Amino acid sequence: MNVFADAIAWIFSPDRASGALPLSEAIWTHLAFTVVSVAVAALIAIPAGWLIGHTGRGRELAVALSGAARAVPSFGLVLLLVLVLGVTHKVGASTTAFVLLAIPPILAGAYSGVEAVDRRVIDGARGVGMTEAQILRTVEAPLGLPLLIGGLRSATLQVVATVTLAGYVGNWGLGFYIVQGIQIRDFSQILGAALLIVVLALVLDALFALLQRVALPRGVSAGRAPENEPVRRRRRGPTAPAPS
Amino acid sequence: MTWVTSNLDLIGRLSVEHLRQSALPIVLGLLVAVPTGWLAFRFRPTRGLVLGAVGLLYTIPSLALFALLPPLLGISFLSEANLIIALTIYAVAIMTRFVSDALASVEPSVRQAAVAVGYGPWRRFWQVDLPLAGPVVLAGLRVTAVSTISLATVGILIGIDNLGYLFTNGYQRQIVAEILAGVVAVVVIALVVDGLLVLLGRLLMPWTRGRRAA
Amino acid sequence: MRTTRRTAILLAGATAAALALGACSSEDPLATDTGDGDGGSGDPGTIVVGSQAYYSNEIVAEIYAQALEADGFTVERNFNIGQRDAYMPALESGEVQLFPEYTGNLLQFYDPETEATSPDDVYAALQDALPDGLAVLDQSTASDQDSYNVTKDFADENGVASLADLAGLDVDLSVGGPAELEQRPYGPQGLKDLYGVDVSFVATGDTTVQDLVAGTVNIANVFSADPRIQTEELVTLDDPEGMFLASNVVPLVNADVADDLADVINPVSAALTPEGLVALNVESTVDQRSSADIAADWLADNDLG
Repeated sequence: MNVFADAIAWIFSPDRASGALPLSEAIWTHLAFTVVSVAVAALIAIPAGWLIGHTGRGRELAVALSGAARAVPSFGLVLLLVLVLGVTHKVGASTTAFVLLAIPPILAGAYSGVEAVDRRVIDGARGVGMTEAQILRTVEAPLGLPLLIGGLRSATLQVVATVTLAGYVGNWGLGFYIVQGIQIRDFSQILGAALLIVVLALVLDALFALLQRVALPRGVSAGRAPENEPVRRRRRGPTAPAPS
Repeated sequence: MTWVTSNLDLIGRLSVEHLRQSALPIVLGLLVAVPTGWLAFRFRPTRGLVLGAVGLLYTIPSLALFALLPPLLGISFLSEANLIIALTIYAVAIMTRFVSDALASVEPSVRQAAVAVGYGPWRRFWQVDLPLAGPVVLAGLRVTAVSTISLATVGILIGIDNLGYLFTNGYQRQIVAEILAGVVAVVVIALVVDGLLVLLGRLLMPWTRGRRAA
Repeated sequence: MRTTRRTAILLAGATAAALALGACSSEDPLATDTGDGDGGSGDPGTIVVGSQAYYSNEIVAEIYAQALEADGFTVERNFNIGQRDAYMPALESGEVQLFPEYTGNLLQFYDPETEATSPDDVYAALQDALPDGLAVLDQSTASDQDSYNVTKDFADENGVASLADLAGLDVDLSVGGPAELEQRPYGPQGLKDLYGVDVSFVATGDTTVQDLVAGTVNIANVFSADPRIQTEELVTLDDPEGMFLASNVVPLVNADVADDLADVINPVSAALTPEGLVALNVESTVDQRSSADIAADWLADNDLG
């Protein structure tokens, strides 16, 4: 457990306030990469997912593309994009790679949320004369929100761990300390930075858990995964996070 | 693209290495996740604990885990074991939740019927629960396989040779085609393995044929 | 029940196949992948050659490997094993027995306080500093040492030719280099202590030269054998205080096999010139040739191997 004590000591050492990348700046940039990447991915994936869920079309394509996107190694993509876009666009190159990583879970969360809405509710909405756009906006989107937030949650967890790789191309994020720590074989530094990333992930996860609870419309359980309902539980599949 | 044509043997050699390094963690992940997933499914008190623990494992950045294993486990820095153990940990983290969800997807009435006709818990698990949970387990195995194959590339940063070599070497030498070849090779391997798993699923679970598994 | 038995059999088969695939390289995948697990004390005919995760170092390692193979040794390549701090334990333990190294950087690893700067002094000091069990063969005249470089425009505009000239400049100075440079004796702290120059540090990874040219930083830590010093018209700043040590290419060997390898490797080191090393790097980065091809041609051109 000495290793952990050293790592904690590393985190709280006064040296962390100075240097090429003060620790506070590392945490801040790590968070910024995460939030921006997930936000951009959400802007793309949520409308696309809602459209797929509402029309029931394009699902096969979305699943296939998501599968392929999941197979793309983020590390290779970051380096590839830095070379292609040029070194002055390292931030953009890294962000693009993280956006690609975040899209599949958000997309899956968006369309499965809409799909999970009881057809009778939608038929009812149609029956009272709502337009398709109104149905999507006032019925499907709110009822599918918990599953969508679940997708955002998975995406965020994946991205917050993967942003570490930005430290390989520049001095941003907590990954800088891990990359440097590997080269100088400073394990308390590697572990210290890794612990902070885990803490960041846990904090973000807790925020989403809270959000998921708040987002659940009163008296409605669509999207919440009940304990013994087989079909619903299976929906967790496409949104399951993967480490990076 | 001339880089690719003149380095096909290198790409081939690294692809084989890559597949070899990824295969074991995928299989071990499944084998370990069956008991841990069952634990999470079966007992309410352990569920929170087990799923919380595997959820925590997800969030450890791979690069840090690869680098921290040697001092924690006392193995050589150059050992491939670092990569294989780390990838296995992530595979278990993904698979446990899937196995638990898969067991929960089995209709309780089917389980009760099995008990009624005299199945003991052991036999019921292997002959009723697990086969019926198969489609969801397979879905998890596919996510695990693709993720493991993609993640293995980071191993190059701790000196384990695989397709990740094309990333770092291409980056140093400024050869776009080299990195691109590495990315494409990883995606192709991942998709081929994914396809093989789908086929394996049809072989093992003929009753799912014609029905979408995940 | 037939299906379940079939399931079990197929599962067992798939597992066995995956395990076999995992073990198909004749070695236990959970053991070290250096083959010679007994620390090199066994068959002296098999030599494990290592290299850094640096393309130029890999070329030199490949030259060593092919020269040994031509002489009848069995060679196992364990290339791309990171930076010094990561691979030295493997050399000290005998897992790896031959490694292309650089005299100055290696000396600083063992003796950070060293005063030696000239190639011969560094080489002599290095022989003293090495732990028992490790030895160096003859050093080559080729060197690949850390150096600070600026663009030609920057040098002209500010009239700098030496690190000492940086001290009086009214310009915000930022140094680019790999992340670990921040912690090295010749990093930002060294610049301040020896030259009184205040710089900020930017980790530019493997794209330091491009970052210098693009203007992200105005000083770049570049290896002296990097061909881009010429092609990008960079100006290498003089180092009158001797902050950087001479760092010539030198074969680091396990002492047990030093005598066996010297006859093959010393002629290689003698033939490797400074210009020759830059030329090898050009073949790799500009001509995009593989290290194996570059090494084979170089050995043939030099009547070695």
